[in-house]
Amino acid sequence: MSSSLGIIMLVHTALHRAEQVARHWTAAGCPVVIHVDRKVDRQAHDDFVAACADDPLIVFCNRHVCHWGGWGIVAATQTAATLMLDRFPDVHHVFLSSGACLPLRPVQDLIDYLADRPRVDFIESATTADVSWTVGGLDGERFTLRFPFSWRKHRKLFDRFVKLQRAIGYRRRIPEGLVPHMGSQWWCLTRQTLSAILQDPKRPIYDRYFRQVWIPDESYFQTLARLYSPQIESRSLTLSKFDHQGRPHIFYDDHMQLLCRSDCFVARKIWPDANRLYQTFLSDQTGTLKPAEPNPGRIDRVFSKAAERRTRGRDGLYMQSRFPRHGSGNGLTAFPYSVFQGFAELFDDFEDWLGNATGARVHGHLFAPDRAEFAGGETIINGSLSDCAVLRDYNPTAFLSNLIWNTRGERQCFQFGPADTQKINWFLARDKNAQVCVVTGAWAVPLFKSNRNFADIRAEAARLQKIETEQLEVLDSVWTKARVHVWSMAEFVESPIERLQMIIEEMGAAQPGHLIEAPRLVNLDGFGKFLQNLKNQGMHPHLMGDFPDDDLFSGQNRPYHKPYLVQ
Amino acid sequence: MRLRRKRRLLRCARRRRDLTPVQDKTRQIRPDDILLMSVVRNEKIRLPYFLSYYRKLGINHFLFVDNDSDDGTLEFLKQQPDVSVWHTAASYRRATFGIDWSNHLLRKYAHGHWVLTVDPDEFFIYPFCDTRPLRALTDWLDGTEVRSFGTILLDMYPEGPIQDAPYLEGQNPFEIAAWFDSGNYMITKNPDYGNLWIQGGPRARVFFRDRPEKAPALNKIPLVKWDRRYVYVSSTHALLPRGLNRVYEEWGGEKASGALLHAKLIDTLGFKVQEELKRGQHYRGSAEYKAYLAQLEDRPVFWCKWSEKYINWRQLEILGLMSKGNWA
Repeated sequence: MSSSLGIIMLVHTALHRAEQVARHWTAAGCPVVIHVDRKVDRQAHDDFVAACADDPLIVFCNRHVCHWGGWGIVAATQTAATLMLDRFPDVHHVFLSSGACLPLRPVQDLIDYLADRPRVDFIESATTADVSWTVGGLDGERFTLRFPFSWRKHRKLFDRFVKLQRAIGYRRRIPEGLVPHMGSQWWCLTRQTLSAILQDPKRPIYDRYFRQVWIPDESYFQTLARLYSPQIESRSLTLSKFDHQGRPHIFYDDHMQLLCRSDCFVARKIWPDANRLYQTFLSDQTGTLKPAEPNPGRIDRVFSKAAERRTRGRDGLYMQSRFPRHGSGNGLTAFPYSVFQGFAELFDDFEDWLGNATGARVHGHLFAPDRAEFAGGETIINGSLSDCAVLRDYNPTAFLSNLIWNTRGERQCFQFGPADTQKINWFLARDKNAQVCVVTGAWAVPLFKSNRNFADIRAEAARLQKIETEQLEVLDSVWTKARVHVWSMAEFVESPIERLQMIIEEMGAAQPGHLIEAPRLVNLDGFGKFLQNLKNQGMHPHLMGDFPDDDLFSGQNRPYHKPYLVQ
Repeated sequence: MRLRRKRRLLRCARRRRDLTPVQDKTRQIRPDDILLMSVVRNEKIRLPYFLSYYRKLGINHFLFVDNDSDDGTLEFLKQQPDVSVWHTAASYRRATFGIDWSNHLLRKYAHGHWVLTVDPDEFFIYPFCDTRPLRALTDWLDGTEVRSFGTILLDMYPEGPIQDAPYLEGQNPFEIAAWFDSGNYMITKNPDYGNLWIQGGPRARVFFRDRPEKAPALNKIPLVKWDRRYVYVSSTHALLPRGLNRVYEEWGGEKASGALLHAKLIDTLGFKVQEELKRGQHYRGSAEYKAYLAQLEDRPVFWCKWSEKYINWRQLEILGLMSKGNWA
């Protein structure tokens, strides 16, 4: 008995697995032609041939040396295909596979599937303009340049030679009638199409051309099939996924469920030691489930997620295998957060109010000189992050990015000010997740309320003003990506409710249209006079804006007793 | 850097005279075996579990240097079928804390092999380690032309004072020390060797909160496809040539990485500290051990309400303490 389906198998390693799979095919009556890479040493090859000798449906063809991206693989395929067509006249469809391929469904399923589509060639074949998966940036050029050097072994020579050809404007002529197509190396063609390709009188011309094309195994049959096939179904029956560097993903025992549910006929590449996969899929699978179409969607998702993990990674994560350079990486932190400067000084109970209004976790001054003032007076917080100031100041950016990473999913807010450790400023400014709201000069309010000697107050005011001025320069730099809002204190107290409302809207807090009582502004009676006193002592407090020293201003503020914020 | 590497190679060549083979089974090593290299001193109580853990993982042959143990370590190792062991009574410090010895043995026996260099209290965890043997990882690394694999040293600790739960020979130490810190690590790049320098965790939080710059380094590169030109330069924190230290991605993505679960903070620490101080053979004049001694008397508790209890590698992956990279 000989089946209408013939299998070509290209083998270069894990020969014992290849034998297992070949026997699985022949058990269903499918003849198998095996090509063993010439790089496999003679002894191993002979043992392999001897091991398969008892099975008349397994045939070995002449060997070629196969390098990745080279012509050898095409030559091997041609030799094996010719032998297949000559030796097994009943074969109707020829299926190209590798030694690392594994049939997932009963072979009879595949035979029936192909019998229902007797004229169809299954070969992924797209023009160069339509593919996005090429590696190395060469798509059209792989057909118009020459590639005498190996990409894997002599990368530099390869690159230089490509550059040289580009520079001198070298272009090869594509043989007449050919439109370059590319696609997965693993196909399944009808006898008609395959023999037309192999017996074409122009084959020497085509072969000579493709010898110098880069990765011809992805384009030779894909291009020529377009000339002869009455009906091309441009997809591969072999499930084969590639990573971002163009290397095939490998399947292990723990992919069992995924593979079972994919309904694909054949998968590659299987890890040779994946015993459970080989055991399960090569055992007699009686009882055909259903005539399902292959559905690799779930597997696609798993692998595209892996590719994203490798190329983009998780924003705001710093770890032993992800440490973005300055300026690369998308977010410096994992989640949006807000920094408030001067608000706690201007409003009574600002922190509680903010927590109620937004549902965010509101910390005190995280960068206070003595300790990190975590919300609720905690000494340690998510991720076992300590409030110890020495640890924090040892690496402030790690402290903040850790805090945001550990609490990702919950918005964090914290207070900041010129009395705090300032080492975090550049990080805050560069982080697009940061919302930084500053009321400049508000640090003067606690001084104004304090019971200290005026000389001390003056010295402290001068110090804080200097620090805040420097900080504002950072926030105003061209590298700033944070959303920064800066008001002078005078500007802010003119219409504090509107400002707060804007901030809260920008935070995207929940419950739109919900009314919340506004926080109470501290009493600023006499603040103008206080500033005037500072001026009289020779200091120039400019960050607060203009406060008239007759205190007219504070009178204006009194009217609202029950202000509300509309969210 | 090349000079530095050559100097290291010279050093290890000189230090080889320190080592006397006690049991040399290196002829058993087959070309594609995965090896493990470790320097031990008085670790008998830990070794049975250590060996069984790594045998299960897929280590084919163990290379040990016994630094003059007197607790039966050497006798125990001599009974093992897959262990080669060398003895030395020479100074640990003068052998650059043991790495000259390791470098010498690696150069001699590990050329062309994947080799895991760990201390007896370090347990290697990698993505899919519960379903795929170590060889699956090394095959994949070979396939993607990666020569070294990075980890974080994750300090594990018990719930109470570390003296309270005694460790028994053969026991899984993480039955006792099941907890770890998930998000307080600090990283900078070392400009000399290009490796990352990671500090933090419970030891920084409890022992070094006043001097974090002295806190121990937690970055380790334990798994390397060895070549005789390679050398470790400072424990397994860094190697030369420098390219081997690039186990991290700098352009935003994540490379695959693992963790070394560190079973140091269990009740054997007390003895260890006393002994190591007597020897005075450790890094920075044993400052680390002096700090431990001072604080151990207060019966420190590392556990806090945000400590995470270890479940499996997937948990570490989600927490961001290791990554699958593009291995799926």
